[in-house]
Amino acid sequence: MSENQNTTRRDALRKMIRSTGLFALGGLGWGAYVDKAKASELVLRPPGALAEQDFLNSCIKCGICVEACPYDTLIVAKPESHVPIGTPHFKPRAVPCYMCPDIPCVPPCPSGALDIDKLKKDGDETGDKLDINKSQMGLAVVDHESCIAFWGIQCDSCYRACPLMDEAISLKYERNERTGKHAFLKPVVNSKACTGCGLCEHACITEKAAIRILPRDLAMGKVGDHYIKGWDEEDEQRLQNIKDAKYQSTDEVPAEDYLNNWEDLIDE
Amino acid sequence: MSSLLRRNRFLVPRRIVQVSLLVFFVGANLYGWKVLQGNYSAAYVFESFYLADPYAVLQMLVAGFILNLDVIVGAVIVLLIYGLLFGRGFCSWVCPMNIVSDLAHYVRRKTQMNRLDEKMPIKRDMRYWILVLSLVVSVFSGVAAFEFVSPVSMLHRGIVFGFGFGLAAVFMVFLFDVFVVRNGWCGYICPLGAFYSFIGKYGLIKVNHTKNDCTLCGNCFAVCPERQVLSIIDKQSGSIPNSECTNCGRCIEVCDDDALHFGKYRKLK
Repeated sequence: MSENQNTTRRDALRKMIRSTGLFALGGLGWGAYVDKAKASELVLRPPGALAEQDFLNSCIKCGICVEACPYDTLIVAKPESHVPIGTPHFKPRAVPCYMCPDIPCVPPCPSGALDIDKLKKDGDETGDKLDINKSQMGLAVVDHESCIAFWGIQCDSCYRACPLMDEAISLKYERNERTGKHAFLKPVVNSKACTGCGLCEHACITEKAAIRILPRDLAMGKVGDHYIKGWDEEDEQRLQNIKDAKYQSTDEVPAEDYLNNWEDLIDE
Repeated sequence: MSSLLRRNRFLVPRRIVQVSLLVFFVGANLYGWKVLQGNYSAAYVFESFYLADPYAVLQMLVAGFILNLDVIVGAVIVLLIYGLLFGRGFCSWVCPMNIVSDLAHYVRRKTQMNRLDEKMPIKRDMRYWILVLSLVVSVFSGVAAFEFVSPVSMLHRGIVFGFGFGLAAVFMVFLFDVFVVRNGWCGYICPLGAFYSFIGKYGLIKVNHTKNDCTLCGNCFAVCPERQVLSIIDKQSGSIPNSECTNCGRCIEVCDDDALHFGKYRKLK
């Protein structure tokens, strides 16, 4: 009798441990899958999208922005697109963003994954005026090898397609030493103005576009606050951002004076 | 003919509701109709207010994001509709996966796959564990975990925006229901259904049973997708107490003794 009780109790314990184990097994597998599935460095999001991690969390995958897009630029990610499933994105070589001034895709977003505040016109107090040029969907990057303008052949397709001509893409004139009498007209992208709409990529005449939109995070480096343009007063303001105590200015030894206080450096 | 209609007097309206919702969603994408835009995750109704999947919103909240009020209010509206009125009615009246699982159930019955069953490989409470697990994984991964794998979402998104391989996931659910477990997806696994079982517990509309009319013919057991909820049949009168009942009304249709009816909540006697 007591032995019997013992076995049932042990079995109950076994069952509990098994449930916990299965729970952990499922959780680890599921977690690993989700972690893999949300890794999406190469995705271009609609205007006003939050930073990728926040966007992935807050997008409820309803597709209302996709339906609002009049050019069918935005598409919903399918399982095989290798973009986090159900999320809106676009492929500019197929259909670029045509930069609607009223931005129909953003206001209907119910979850805040597309943030209208990011696209409010600067200096407008009412706050209802929108400025599509403030969107940062990506950054155009030119492949100098395959861009024929860099060969010396005249092509300004991207420059003319750009809705922010001379701001986001400008043409840089350079002497062509090979011929000695022609000029290169090289497209140069300004990362401060480029919105990543992809009209340039769409217009590029090479077989595979020589100018392409990459997510800004991927395309841009970051210099850090310890390299400063000493000749630029505005740039020097970035010194204020340094949090590391190592770089904080102290009253004791001004950096430019340390060679003058040579007494401290000599033992005797 | 009239008896055929009578025997499907809930099935037909259910299919009408399911299909017409899908038609509105598809029409919004293809023709720009403004009745229901989006899909079952979140919908923009008449361009005036939103509805949202409360389970998806819950996952997003535990994953640690402060969402817009629009989507929270939308989720609360849905919670109230099912929590106060229709119980787990979402599963049988709205969810498009219901059409797939009903078809699988039909195929399984016609081919008598049940004869091969020796023992159920899984238990019905597994879906509650999956529900809890989805929230745990959401916390750790920082995204709504079930929304990344949900065949239900792949189905309705697929219908509105194009399937791709999402169709494979839906077909897997179908195969699982036909060959592995009777009503396996909806009755054992789907955490969305488990979620609606929770919130639908106190819904006003219930299936009511009158014990004295029952002849225990077993018709209701044959069609019910959640047979365990019929435990009171021929034993007690009153509302089906188990909130896993999806209010599909199949049992009412097939009951030859008029011992089952839709009605508001009644105590068991």
